[in-house]
Amino acid sequence: MAPEVDSLFQFWALVSTIIFIGVVGAMTYFVVRYRRRRRDEVPEPVKDKKAIELAWIVVPTILVLIVFTWGFRVFIRLYTAPPDAYEILVYGYQWYWEFEYPNGVKTTNELHVPAGQPVKLRMTSVDVIHSFYVPAFRVKQDVLPDRYSSLWFEATKPGEYIVFCTEYCGTQHSGMLAKVIVHPREEFEEWLESAGIPEDMPLAELGARLYREKACFSCHSLDGSPMVGPTFKGLYGSTRTFEDGTTAVADENYLRESILQPGAKIVQGYPNVMPASYASLSEREVAALIEFIKQQQ
Amino acid sequence: MATQTVATATTGQPEIHYLNHAKGLKSWLLTLDHKRIGLLYLVSVIFFFIVGGILALLVRAELFEPGQTLMSAETYNHIFTLHGAIMIFLFLIPAVPAVLGNFALPIMIGAKDVAFPRLNLASWYIFWLGALTMLVGIVTSGLDTGWTFYTPYSTMTSSGVTWVALGVFILGFSSILTGLNFIVTVHKMRAPGMTWSRLPLFVWGLYATSIVQILATPVLGITVLLLALERIMKVGIFDPALGGDPVLFQHFFWFYSHPAVYIMILPAFGVISELVGTFSRKGIFGYKFVALSSVAIAFLGFLVWGHHMYVAGQSATASTIFSLLTFLIGVPTGVKVLNWIASLYRGSIWLRTPLLYALAFLFVFPIGGFTGIALGTLGLDVPLHDTYFVVAHFHYVMVSGGLLAFLGGLHYWWPKMFGRLYNEKLAQIAALLIFVGFNVTFFPQFILGTQGMPRRYFDYVPEFTTLHQLSTVGSWILGLGLLLVAAYLLHSLFKGQPAPANPWGAGTLEWTHTGRIPSPHNFERTPVVTRGPYDYHLAEEIFGNGHGDERRTPTVTPAQGQAQH
Repeated sequence: MAPEVDSLFQFWALVSTIIFIGVVGAMTYFVVRYRRRRRDEVPEPVKDKKAIELAWIVVPTILVLIVFTWGFRVFIRLYTAPPDAYEILVYGYQWYWEFEYPNGVKTTNELHVPAGQPVKLRMTSVDVIHSFYVPAFRVKQDVLPDRYSSLWFEATKPGEYIVFCTEYCGTQHSGMLAKVIVHPREEFEEWLESAGIPEDMPLAELGARLYREKACFSCHSLDGSPMVGPTFKGLYGSTRTFEDGTTAVADENYLRESILQPGAKIVQGYPNVMPASYASLSEREVAALIEFIKQQQ
Repeated sequence: MATQTVATATTGQPEIHYLNHAKGLKSWLLTLDHKRIGLLYLVSVIFFFIVGGILALLVRAELFEPGQTLMSAETYNHIFTLHGAIMIFLFLIPAVPAVLGNFALPIMIGAKDVAFPRLNLASWYIFWLGALTMLVGIVTSGLDTGWTFYTPYSTMTSSGVTWVALGVFILGFSSILTGLNFIVTVHKMRAPGMTWSRLPLFVWGLYATSIVQILATPVLGITVLLLALERIMKVGIFDPALGGDPVLFQHFFWFYSHPAVYIMILPAFGVISELVGTFSRKGIFGYKFVALSSVAIAFLGFLVWGHHMYVAGQSATASTIFSLLTFLIGVPTGVKVLNWIASLYRGSIWLRTPLLYALAFLFVFPIGGFTGIALGTLGLDVPLHDTYFVVAHFHYVMVSGGLLAFLGGLHYWWPKMFGRLYNEKLAQIAALLIFVGFNVTFFPQFILGTQGMPRRYFDYVPEFTTLHQLSTVGSWILGLGLLLVAAYLLHSLFKGQPAPANPWGAGTLEWTHTGRIPSPHNFERTPVVTRGPYDYHLAEEIFGNGHGDERRTPTVTPAQGQAQH
């Protein structure tokens, strides 16, 4: 689709530039040519010329109608997915993307697709409005809570392409980045087979993976530096001071509560902005994250 | 020389004018004089412009490098939101109509005042009540939703949305009442001979704006009130968790906020018409078209709000219709630009600061217009929507319409407001700095947008660094230019050379029929209008071809003084 969008863009840019140069050129010429020479100079009035007025109403109208029609055709193509498209579910969270493939595999912030095959994304949001934008493919669609929206594309070249969230969604809006990873077709199948999380993955390993996939890293560092939220380094076992002045020792139950009900206790000096969506983590996932945090000493 | 003429004219008797006929704070705070109310608004909007401008500089400074530069993501989100909300609700919307319109409109149609002077003063107090209500929310808990308040984020965030929404609700009444006042004034208070076809185009622009203010603002009022109710009482109109529809909010919001663009731009069109007319000493080419197309745009402006929502989840059919209507409204707007350019043809063009701002407008605004066409095009909006292309586009429209026209108008009417001239050389340098600074700030943002840089981003990928830095440097040049304006205007206020009654040789009543500073009731006796506003070849009272008509210039300053710039 990108080439079609781009040729329309180039047509628009070319016509606009020509007209703009004409307009500003005429303005500059008139200002120089007709500059005032005597203080009491009163120029003869110029009669309105119907023909000129008509011409510059008709010509721009024709031009914009061309652009409109062209834009309409591109738009319809952009939003009509071929029936054989490979469908992937997309969930928008504050502040990460989750992708679910037909075989049940889920990935976070990495959308794997095969090259040379139309891919249709069926998207919904778990919290606020997000927008899924892949600049390289020239596609964008808002992702809304409580309903599906969709877009499609066909990636032609294997490689990695950036995904931005383009509907303002809160503190870490600009950190809500993802990648489209385009595999050659046969490699995609291989990837899909191997991508699932084994059920017996050790807790700490699973925790490390969730830390990355659930985008914990965008607010909680591992090196002790404060970000939007407190660092995980040395968190377990430390004494926390809250906004209301009370304190508590960060044990397993404190960590559990902080993950599932982030607003329950607010650590002094940090905003109450952690999304509630982590409440949907499974018991094993919560345990895995706690295990991971305990290791960050 | 002009100044000597004024000096001899003023030494005889102390002038009584609207600035000195009553003194003291009380005489200002309780004034019913449209000119003084205009100045009250001037001080108010300049205050908010400075606040909004400092916020803009902070936004640009933070974006100088990727990652955290000055402030946290949280703070950045508050600052860009406040920049937008303050600039739109407290500067752009009131700037031209409430300041320049209040000052000039009644004089331009030969009236003593607006139709409802008390209501006019009330509007100013309501403006401050709304502004202070907004500030309560901002100071106590900030605002981080973007000026658009999209739900459900705005119903979930803990920031001060409720107070700000109430503030916007109150501000709306100020806007509605000013619009109402202007419409009645234009209909009922015109001087004898001031027919509709002799109305200065600034008056036409304000008239069209007033229609939009009256018809659109109530919708915004209802929308923000529903938003506040949703937050306080969880009524469930917009929040899907309560059974509401978040896209409905966007429809409501843009139903006002797209026409609001015309609240900002139509009066600017009027200012540009005055500047082009006066400084080329020629009628506006296609006066009728320019006048009536403003009114047509005011109505058509209500039918295009959906072009903000092509990717928001509205149906493709709706998007298609909105796109077509958007193009139809784009054409008359573009034609106006051609009319202004054509007005320069075979004129007598005097390059003075106000005209420089008009020329800057005629450069900047078409770029805003063309990029608006791109964004109105269905297939092109998809990649460009919510990127820096949009940010650059609306700054090209708003800054040209709001800021350049406001500054042009301010420099034009300044001698009439305060009876003093400013330093022309410094003013021209400042205009150049503002023009260059503006383009250096915002043109790179178009390129950023085509490369995919999304708006409202605290952080960005390193590829975008160079263009962001260029943009930030531009903001410093722009800031420097504005600082220079503040400096020489303040100097002019206290130490500027006295201005003659008609320093520009303009043809409208505020220049031809009032003293160097207007008297409290503008005219000694009601003027009788015998020609159009830009009929300079008939303007004997300015140029004295034949005999200056003294009966129609009952002021202390001989109007012939003007021809001697």
